[in-house]
Amino acid sequence: MRGRCLAALILSLAWPAGVTEARDLTVGSKAFTESVVLGEMIGHLARDAGAIVLHHRQLGGTRVLWDSLVLGEIDVYPEYTGTIANEILVGEGLEDEDAVRAALGARGIVMTRTLGFNNTYAIGMREGTAAKLGIETISDLRGHRDLAFGFGNEFMDRGDGWPSLRNRYRLPQRDVTGLDHDLAYRGLAGGSIDAIDVYTTDAAIEYYGLRLLEDDLGHFPVYNAVVLYRAELESSQPAVVAAIRRLEGLIDETAMSDMNAQVQHERLSETRVAADFVAEKLGLVAEVREQGWLAQLWRNTADHLVLVAISLSAALVISIPLGIVAARRRRLGQAILAVVGIIQTIPSLALFVFMIPLLGIGGPPAMMALFLYSLLPIVRNTYAGLSDVPPDLRESAEAMGLPPGARLRLVELPMAGRAILAGVKTSAVINVGTATLGALIGAGGYGQPILTGIRLDDVGLILSGAVPAALLALLVQGLFEIAERVVVPRGLRLKPVE
Amino acid sequence: MFDLKNVSKKFGDLVAIDDLDLDVEGGRTTVFIGPSGCGKSTLIRVLMGLIPPDLGMVRFEGTEVNAETAPLLRRKMGYVIQGGGLFPHLTAGENAALMARFLGRPRAETAARLIELATLVQLPEDALGRYPAQISGGQRQRVALMRALMLDPDVLLLDEPFGALDPIVRYRLQTDLRDIFRELGKTVVMVTHDIAEAGFFGDLLVLLRDGQVIQKGPIEQLVHAPAEAYVDEFISAQRTLLDCLEEVPE
Repeated sequence: MRGRCLAALILSLAWPAGVTEARDLTVGSKAFTESVVLGEMIGHLARDAGAIVLHHRQLGGTRVLWDSLVLGEIDVYPEYTGTIANEILVGEGLEDEDAVRAALGARGIVMTRTLGFNNTYAIGMREGTAAKLGIETISDLRGHRDLAFGFGNEFMDRGDGWPSLRNRYRLPQRDVTGLDHDLAYRGLAGGSIDAIDVYTTDAAIEYYGLRLLEDDLGHFPVYNAVVLYRAELESSQPAVVAAIRRLEGLIDETAMSDMNAQVQHERLSETRVAADFVAEKLGLVAEVREQGWLAQLWRNTADHLVLVAISLSAALVISIPLGIVAARRRRLGQAILAVVGIIQTIPSLALFVFMIPLLGIGGPPAMMALFLYSLLPIVRNTYAGLSDVPPDLRESAEAMGLPPGARLRLVELPMAGRAILAGVKTSAVINVGTATLGALIGAGGYGQPILTGIRLDDVGLILSGAVPAALLALLVQGLFEIAERVVVPRGLRLKPVE
Repeated sequence: MFDLKNVSKKFGDLVAIDDLDLDVEGGRTTVFIGPSGCGKSTLIRVLMGLIPPDLGMVRFEGTEVNAETAPLLRRKMGYVIQGGGLFPHLTAGENAALMARFLGRPRAETAARLIELATLVQLPEDALGRYPAQISGGQRQRVALMRALMLDPDVLLLDEPFGALDPIVRYRLQTDLRDIFRELGKTVVMVTHDIAEAGFFGDLLVLLRDGQVIQKGPIEQLVHAPAEAYVDEFISAQRTLLDCLEEVPE
């Protein structure tokens, strides 16, 4: 535990870059296009009101954003009323908007009025099929039991998803497949699926020419877009709050859907699309500075290297001594190995999210998580390497009269060198790979283009993160191969003559 | 040199040393001999303080050997084990000089001592720069002896030093070592299960069984005046080896 606190200290000291930078407003957005566009819009408006803004794009989901907002890691992010009632404040039995506002207010959070559009679930069909069968509402589906449905995996499981929709409308269809949301669109276009679930502002609706069936029994909750911000902004930065509130009622479904399409299909940047919108609606001239791909690659590389270098160095400093203790004290050793082993079994995203309450978002929590993941291979190999020193050699060193510290330094550690280094190598490669997930909590790195690429279904963009990450893993491995020649004594690399 | 009073050591239910009194005199070679499990290897480790006795006391040159005193006392003892126990990551020379380096002895002095010892144990000088994996088993044992002699100890302790060697190498090393011991006039304590080897080296043999001294004396006494039937039995079992020994010209 002491090691952990020490590491946290090292991490927080070593991450001055993004944290101490002067800024007035930190915006967050979720890992889908619409949220990023809205986040950019908030940024443009706040900058226009004179604020210095930092936007943490595409953080890893509702939980990450909400926790960050409550902790003050971010000041503002776009959210949906349905998500607030059904996910964030679920189980509090909030009847209406006033109750929701009161519950948020108790946590120091303010919700704006709706931005003007409802991005809820809907059932979509190809226009041609729907017209031919005369289907306009979800109730109309009841008469066509042979239709094939393909729903996103999330929709198959959600409380307001397929099971409750089927019960509510008493739908008879048996051919229902759960699959990836993007694949569902392709299945629909190809004709293998007749109806899918969509978000009402999906750019794909227009792209594929879909008819959205009317939710005539009012099954789907309302997902009005709103902005959540910290209450203290109202006193500390009233001008910024006023600027953000200019978005209220400004965006209708068509406008939002168009903007999503511009990003998804016309490949315009979210910054550009958001700037064009506020220019058109509010006459606001926003400066759009876009980085070239080389500058972006360099930045991602720098972020990634910092994540890996700091977390791995901290892991080295902590886990070699831990491995030594584990090898020296049998019972304490078993406890140490058990704890670092358990850490390894925590799913990476969960570990990243656990770190947010302790260290916020950005680099430090990512480094802490990477540090924890890097422990096991080094601790275990140090332990194994020291335990494998033959007893007769251990005795020889003791019989010479060398004190314990000198035995460790002059005999046992050099002999365990190869095993320790193998552990470090494993940790480094795992670390480089896992660091791509750091982008989910705003730590940047090669995960950034990978996340964006997944969101925009852009293989090129995914590869622009995945390939450098793979190359970096190879490079790190190569460096340690070279280090092996220096660290592992020559005498241990020889084959015996007999 | 060593003085043991009422020393006992058990490992679980197994009695390794049973209420043993023993004086090991300086200036000559004492050999602990006996079958496997008789306690001879435990005994040599108890002498060095590598294994603390459950009961009784061990003195080395008048000082009690315990956890506190042992590390310093061991610098006056040289220890050689079966297979040599050389550290594979250090060259032969580095192995021999390790303790001198640790104690910060002047480099030139250590280097001169290495050459002197290499000559003594008849190790070719170029072998000093090789790693244990690059030299023969016999050479490794010679390096182990150099390492033990490096700080010019008062006593040499050897635990089955020829156990891992093939017969010819073993024979040559045995003769060389006996000559060296005679030349140095050092106190030597050796453990072996081989009566021929014990007779070849030992001024005094200590035959052990179940952690107790059965008989103590020169080889002739053990052969011609066995203290009990067991002594005769132990010697007779290795008689052919002893015959071989008698054919070796002195």
